[in-house]
Amino acid sequence: MAILANKDTRVVVQGITGREGSFHSQLMLDYGTKVVAGMRPGKGGEWVLDGKVPVFDSVKVAVEATGADTSMIIVPAVAAPDSILEAADAGVRLIICLTEGVPIQDMMRVRAYLDFKQVTLIGPNCPGLLTPSQTKIGFIPGNISMPGNVGVVSRSGTLTYEVLNALKQEGMGCSTCVGIGGDPVKGISFIEVLQMFEDDPLTDQVVMIGEIGGTDEEKAAEYINEKMTKPVVGFIAGKTAPPGKRMGHAGAIVEGGAGTAKDKVEALKKAGVQVADHPEQIPEMLKK
Amino acid sequence: MKLHEYISKDIFAAYGVPTPKGHVAATPKEAGKIAKDLGGRVVVKAQVLVGGRGKAGGIKLAENAKEARTAAEEILAMEIKGLPVRKVLIDPAVEIATEIYLGITNDRAARQPVIMASAAGGVDIEEVAAKTPEKIIRAHVNPLLGLQDYQVRDLAVSIELEREHWDAFHKVTQGLWQAYQRSDATLAEINPLVITKDGELLAVDGKMLIDDNALYRHADLEAHRDIDVEAPAEVEARENELTYIKLDGEIGCMVNGAGLAMATMDIIKLFGGEPANFLDIGGGANAEKVAAALRIILQDKNVKAVLFNIFGGITRGDEVAKGILEALKQIKTDVPMVVRLVGTNAEEGRALLADANMITAESLAEAAQKAVQAAQGSK
Repeated sequence: MAILANKDTRVVVQGITGREGSFHSQLMLDYGTKVVAGMRPGKGGEWVLDGKVPVFDSVKVAVEATGADTSMIIVPAVAAPDSILEAADAGVRLIICLTEGVPIQDMMRVRAYLDFKQVTLIGPNCPGLLTPSQTKIGFIPGNISMPGNVGVVSRSGTLTYEVLNALKQEGMGCSTCVGIGGDPVKGISFIEVLQMFEDDPLTDQVVMIGEIGGTDEEKAAEYINEKMTKPVVGFIAGKTAPPGKRMGHAGAIVEGGAGTAKDKVEALKKAGVQVADHPEQIPEMLKK
Repeated sequence: MKLHEYISKDIFAAYGVPTPKGHVAATPKEAGKIAKDLGGRVVVKAQVLVGGRGKAGGIKLAENAKEARTAAEEILAMEIKGLPVRKVLIDPAVEIATEIYLGITNDRAARQPVIMASAAGGVDIEEVAAKTPEKIIRAHVNPLLGLQDYQVRDLAVSIELEREHWDAFHKVTQGLWQAYQRSDATLAEINPLVITKDGELLAVDGKMLIDDNALYRHADLEAHRDIDVEAPAEVEARENELTYIKLDGEIGCMVNGAGLAMATMDIIKLFGGEPANFLDIGGGANAEKVAAALRIILQDKNVKAVLFNIFGGITRGDEVAKGILEALKQIKTDVPMVVRLVGTNAEEGRALLADANMITAESLAEAAQKAVQAAQGSK
């Protein structure tokens, strides 16, 4: 078992013919992910990745022809909002948008539209997800994790890899790792993923990696306090970040005194979450 | 990206918001000419992208063109909170009866824009929000539908605006919404929106922040970027597609990924050091980019040690190692360097650096501790 995606998940890649798109699609195929289709307007009918994956002109046609149920989007930021809407209208159940730099007003409109659709969006500006030994959809390197009972949810990319790697060094594996992304307006949030882990019989413990900016971590803390029975270990990046400066991610900024690491750590501790001072402490805290 | 007051007000005016008929000047002479053409009393306002310019003496009232010229001369010679004043705005002075606050920003938690109005305008709105939050009226705007007329009427009623001003308020508020939406703003604010003694509504101050991610479709606004607000090293970093933020510590950091970069800064602090910067070299960084990043870090003379923390995924350890070696050929430095490479091609990278007289570390904690020691040792 896993959350959101497993070995049977059938993926269409929007932007498969791009440099990044083809590189990561190949890594996904190598990992065992069922990349059943690619999409690129004007290149329908071609076969890519050593002739293994057919390309279609639209997501709708790709879904009809291959039964793809999940779309991974790896297109330039200019095209990302349109790509998300196209995937939603084509009837996939899960959309994972890796693209960084999508304007926030575009994302607000896209989100408002998705509220009318039966579809889950992860991202944008996210590393994707990994269900070890089953499927990898996105950037998360497959070799830094193994199957296990720890669910991981994170707003960050390489920081997540750091944690997966630290877990693996200690012989600990993960059920599913979800990178929800670093943008201020995005698809699924911590709470929704925590809920899925709470309901997943093969997840026994959860790691939540947050960062400065916004109040998602505080809301997650409320949820953990009220609803979660499984232990959660947390980490918050950005304790030394100065206010008013955007720390790389569009969402990582302390504004008007809100969204500081201190507030988030306190909220999590109050909810009974063990909070690590640095990522390498996490495995040890999970063992307790 | 922040826009200057005069540009923000020009944008508001283009969407039908009444603004004072002033102009911007770069010299006292120009300022005098503008004041003469306007006639009567004027205000001379420093155009700098920091708050508190009024308190710093950056806004002066002038009775005539001669006074305006003198005021401009004084203000143009000022530095406000470290920023030079390069331009002044000369606006006709107005007789103020009432001051209103009106602003639109993104409420990220609600995933919608929020419009805010308050009868307590003209002062620091964050202070009003903190002390008397009930004085700020908020309405969320559906991003697919836009601002509705009934919402504008509700705001007018809630801030107890007299009926005779409702039509003018409607025009200002819808104009501000259009300006916000069409410019991809993350903030569009009029503070104060003045009701003059003649009963007119006028946006006497304006502020806009533009979403950096949307600048690709606003080349006209990008052209107004004021690089004075960025440290020179930050400008150089942006041109090299790096994200660099200068801090006050002594340990320079080069990391791939924003979250990991923040975590690296935090762990330096945890072990008793202070980070000198935030620097994200991004995914898939090549040798050239790494070399540029190292040059930028070493320009900061406070830097007593450099910590490289690279978790290879898309970024390859050997590419980063080549970049470090390349940069060290160009820059002569005796600043000690601690390198931690993990992930894709990390071993190849470590092999390349074996002869380069660098301190290596396996874990993040070890790397941070060694960097703190190295910085103390080289003081």
